[in-house]
Amino acid sequence: MNTSTDSQSVGIVTPQIARFDQPLLLACGRSLPGYELVYETYGELNAQCSNAVLVCHALSGHHHAAGYHAGDDKRPGWWDECIGPGKPIDTLRFFVVSLNNLGGCHGSTGPSSTNPETGKPWGPDFPALRARDWVHSQALLADRLGIDCWAAVIGGSLGGMQAMRWALEYPDRVKHCVVIAAAMKLSAQNLAFNEVARQAIVSDPAFSEGYYQERGTLPAQGLALARMVGHITYLSDDAMANKFGRALRSGTLDQGSDGDVEFQVQSYLRYQGNQFSGSFDANTYILMTRALDYFDLAREYGHDPVAAFSQATCSFLVMSFSTDWRFSPARSREIVDALIAADKPVSYFDIDADGGHDAFLMPIPRYLTAFSAYMQRVGDEA
Amino acid sequence: MRLDLAHILRWIDPGSRVLDLGCGDGEFLQLLRDQRQVRGTGLEIDDDMITAAVSRGLNIVEQNMDEGLSNFPDQSFDTVVMAHALQAVHYPDKVLDEMLRIGRQCIVTFPNFGHWRCRLYLGTRGRMPVSRFMPYHWYDTPNIHFCTVRDFEALCYNKGIHILARDVVGNTQRQPVLAGTWPNLFATTAIYHITR
Repeated sequence: MNTSTDSQSVGIVTPQIARFDQPLLLACGRSLPGYELVYETYGELNAQCSNAVLVCHALSGHHHAAGYHAGDDKRPGWWDECIGPGKPIDTLRFFVVSLNNLGGCHGSTGPSSTNPETGKPWGPDFPALRARDWVHSQALLADRLGIDCWAAVIGGSLGGMQAMRWALEYPDRVKHCVVIAAAMKLSAQNLAFNEVARQAIVSDPAFSEGYYQERGTLPAQGLALARMVGHITYLSDDAMANKFGRALRSGTLDQGSDGDVEFQVQSYLRYQGNQFSGSFDANTYILMTRALDYFDLAREYGHDPVAAFSQATCSFLVMSFSTDWRFSPARSREIVDALIAADKPVSYFDIDADGGHDAFLMPIPRYLTAFSAYMQRVGDEA
Repeated sequence: MRLDLAHILRWIDPGSRVLDLGCGDGEFLQLLRDQRQVRGTGLEIDDDMITAAVSRGLNIVEQNMDEGLSNFPDQSFDTVVMAHALQAVHYPDKVLDEMLRIGRQCIVTFPNFGHWRCRLYLGTRGRMPVSRFMPYHWYDTPNIHFCTVRDFEALCYNKGIHILARDVVGNTQRQPVLAGTWPNLFATTAIYHITR
């Protein structure tokens, strides 16, 4: 909780805002007239500007990846297990940049920001985004920070997809690409889960076709439901069994319960859903899941991943987790196989973990050790 | 450095692309990189070995050879090396085929079960040899496919594999001559440079 005694924490961090007034042409053909990106940095940029690491966040992530905003914060940033002094992304060696993606709802310009043309919130009229739009905006932020070439671009899940896109879009600006629990494109099953999540949101009457801000309603129920569905896909069967099993919160198995909540897992999912709906924007969730759905690394390279990765000049680290069924180890091995066939330097670790997709956020000893060993090399080559 | 690795080094062309199957802690790949400027990739399944090899700045892929190597394209490496692992894979003949498909040339080393000590042990005690070099019991050994120098050469003959060179390691100072002359009796480790 308190940071001052924790030597492995980056401590108190303050978000910064970069304002861009040049319009950004987006993959959808529209352009964003001006925008802001909120970001945090940890560690010091060296004199050669060669030790910078970009951390890309996943579906519901944001810029606050490590440390605390205030001394009495209950929880640190979302990837505090991996970012800090002596941690895999060692802030004694690296200058770490973590931003909230465009379209987000934690300070960067997104659907809940004001549309300068109308003076009202963008809402559902915010332009559709693709992973490449994030990458382009991140490159402009890198320019702003004086970073020509990242020592590494790192991301888990949707963040890993951005890291791969970086390697193809800006091959001379990335030395190492670290892709964790990701895939080159979504499967039909992945698409289906995202659709259920979106339907949960849009069928909430309070969603108001996306204009809920203007109309003063909040689709909290729909967003909570969307998160509950998503959350199930982040956990493994084993992890749920270990954490909750069939434990009851109230009532008995003989007679059921008159109360609302019966099994522990129900209570947990509702809690997760409610927490999320209080801190996330429904239009952003829809926008992010669409970007995820449409991500297809090799589409423009004749659907040939080998041709796609032939663009890259960096080294790659790919990691997967044994019980991840959202982006299973098989999806990571497809990435590795394409990299091998494209004659690119690649390392691959399949981490034995029962935590499912969310394992990439957890302090699993082998994960942290292997990740650290690779980052040591990144630092040596920086 | 292990003796068999020193022997292999001279068969590797500078600047070539090498795949090391069962690369362990990466000692050999590091040597190849530092002395031969090789672009190497290692395959390994042991967690600690992988971490050790990655710490040397090597490219290591966690992959079990017994589950196939079909993800490596035909003739995508100059040399495929497998040191002291042939006897531990489920299908040594199939792995050899795969190695020769992936690499222009291959280097294989294995402990020679035809060594006189093994024969003496088995002949006099009637039990599977256990020694400093083969420290396991028959029931717990990872070495499930021991072979002799003659066994290996017979397999190469049957498969039409061309032996470019053979080298051997004996286990004492004066045995290089013996091991060179009668490898099946005196070689502790056999080293083969092969191609299709």
